Amino acid sequence: MSTSYAGKLLRVNLSDSTLRTEDLDLELAEKYIGGRGLGTKILYDEGVATVDPLSAENKLLLMTGPLTGAIVPTGGRYMAITKSPLTGLIASSNSGGVWGARLKCAGWDGIIIEGAAASPMRLHIEDGNAELLPADGLWGKTSEETESELKGIYPKASVLNIGPGGESGSLLACIINEADRAAGRSGVGAVMGSKNLKAISVIASKSSVEPYDKEALAQGNKSALAMIKENGVTSGGLPTYGTAVLVNIINNIGSYPTKNWQESYDPDADLTSGETMTDHHLVKNTACHRCPIACGRVVKVGEKTVGGPEYEVLWAYGANCGVSDIEAIFEANYWCNELGIDAISTPCTIAAAMELYEKGFITDEECEGVPLKWGSTDAIVEWTKRMGYGETALGKLMAQGSYRLCEHYGQPDLSMSVKKQEMPAYDARGIQGIGINYATSNRGGCHVRGYLISPEILGLPEQLDRLATEGKAEWTKIFQDLTAVIDSSGMCLFTSFALGAPDYAELINAATGTSYNADTLLAAGERIYNLERLFNKAAGMESDADKLPKRLTDVPIAEGPSKGEISKIADTLPEYYEARGWKEAFPTEETIERLGL
Amino acid sequence: MIEVRLFASFRAGREKIILLDASIYKTASDILFSLDIPEDEVAILLINGRHSKAYDTVKDGDIVALFPPVGGG
Ligand code: SF4
Repeated sequence: MSTSYAGKLLRVNLSDSTLRTEDLDLELAEKYIGGRGLGTKILYDEGVATVDPLSAENKLLLMTGPLTGAIVPTGGRYMAITKSPLTGLIASSNSGGVWGARLKCAGWDGIIIEGAAASPMRLHIEDGNAELLPADGLWGKTSEETESELKGIYPKASVLNIGPGGESGSLLACIINEADRAAGRSGVGAVMGSKNLKAISVIASKSSVEPYDKEALAQGNKSALAMIKENGVTSGGLPTYGTAVLVNIINNIGSYPTKNWQESYDPDADLTSGETMTDHHLVKNTACHRCPIACGRVVKVGEKTVGGPEYEVLWAYGANCGVSDIEAIFEANYWCNELGIDAISTPCTIAAAMELYEKGFITDEECEGVPLKWGSTDAIVEWTKRMGYGETALGKLMAQGSYRLCEHYGQPDLSMSVKKQEMPAYDARGIQGIGINYATSNRGGCHVRGYLISPEILGLPEQLDRLATEGKAEWTKIFQDLTAVIDSSGMCLFTSFALGAPDYAELINAATGTSYNADTLLAAGERIYNLERLFNKAAGMESDADKLPKRLTDVPIAEGPSKGEISKIADTLPEYYEARGWKEAFPTEETIERLGL
Repeated sequence: MIEVRLFASFRAGREKIILLDASIYKTASDILFSLDIPEDEVAILLINGRHSKAYDTVKDGDIVALFPPVGGG
């Protein structure tokens, strides 16, 4: 009987250059779905939680889900799972494009990368065959250069790579595929760089995988496509304006962090909004593998056409650095992709540096000709390059993220991060639920572990009062659990504007032969979320680590539509732990047993 | 005056910001009627940054922001 799991994992040991094929434990795969869930399970079982993240003992898993490569909308995603050098905790970063689908169609559920090579290497996969090759000539090359060089050798391949950021050990380094799609967060690219692995090219002769029940999957695909088409967000808002349409919404509710979260409203936000990008700069939309939504942007900067920034990036380089020149943001975003550094954490670290400069902690001398002034377009572009290439003493320090930067100057509270990872573009003082998610996210400051913005701001699936705390703990838990499912399945989180747990259950069942319903699927998501928490516990996470920066809990918003608001996380966190069955931040024995962990 | 801010597709064929006389417009619904925006096309209606309904009243000095269905992350 076929199933959309490939049934095989590739284990690559870079220390002794060995490649091994291993059978996928199907029972385990079904219990943890795949991708993020199964990857975390393998990492946890292989004892990676306690290792030094940048040592040869760490492992980097590139995992697909059961719907990666299947004929379903957005079924092409993969996840990079490892121990994060930025947070010291679990890292799991999701990416679209085509690379994941190619890996799966080539016959692999995932790749487990361990050890470290003595000199730069690359991996090439062609269906069932894989080989390690020297990559000295590629080392130092940008994403586009690496992609085009490997495409020159293998025109039919998809290419995944690290840039100079991962090579130079920036803790903000990401893994890039198709030159501008990123497994962006938590420094997964630094782990790949520490292993001296530059790139992975994949050729697949198939273009989809055989599901368990072809007819049922075709039916599920058809109704999912119809729901995506009927939904105003997935058929109208996202394709027309991309994620950047949020700039004006979040600004108009006064929860748009400005100048390193010192303010929460930017009067010039419209200059860097999705509307401005669409009306004046958009060349075309782009879509990941099998995606009918096409939220990706291609924009023009001078003579170049480049991948356009997401909402988070427009915000982080824009309002958060006091910049309102959208073309400078395109340029800075381009360098993040080229150098392979996180386009959220990089600009957020620049914003923190700007505040340190404003307050006199960073000197002009340290700036070496590029002062870190609010609103400086030069500063956002040049410091991005310095961070990506590891240039100048300050650039090297900034490449370690805002927490280490601010701590260096004795000002850790100026780092707007959770568990040392920078928070994204929503001020949790004016949106109470997203604060619970930031504080409790297993990978540190992050919006896409539980996107409470959907009910609190966009009114999906129903409108919640953004300033209320009641019920938000339970909502956070459900969103986090459902997200763990979607991330593990191989589909894109954005489909959840239109689809719900029963729809994902139907697709996964048709693809694999499992018999999930909405409840048991959410329970699988809960299992994954709890396993990540157990990984963090083993990695040494402190029980008081689920907290927000003091600026959010102690300093009310000064001006704008959310004036006077403050995060009430102290009230909601105990409710969240109760909903989760956790005591002092960790699952109780009872919870562990209930979830079959 | 009431300041009405239009976003995304609501800007097509209209100004981005429209100032209206507060003595004429009593509810958000009055504003939608005069701008020829069907109520069911409005996904997010903010009055002074707070989510509101079409029947909510508006007064001099208010800022009304209107969005069609949009999303992101
Ligand atoms: S919605 Fe956007 S990010 Fe998601 S798969 Fe489609 S194009 Fe990629």
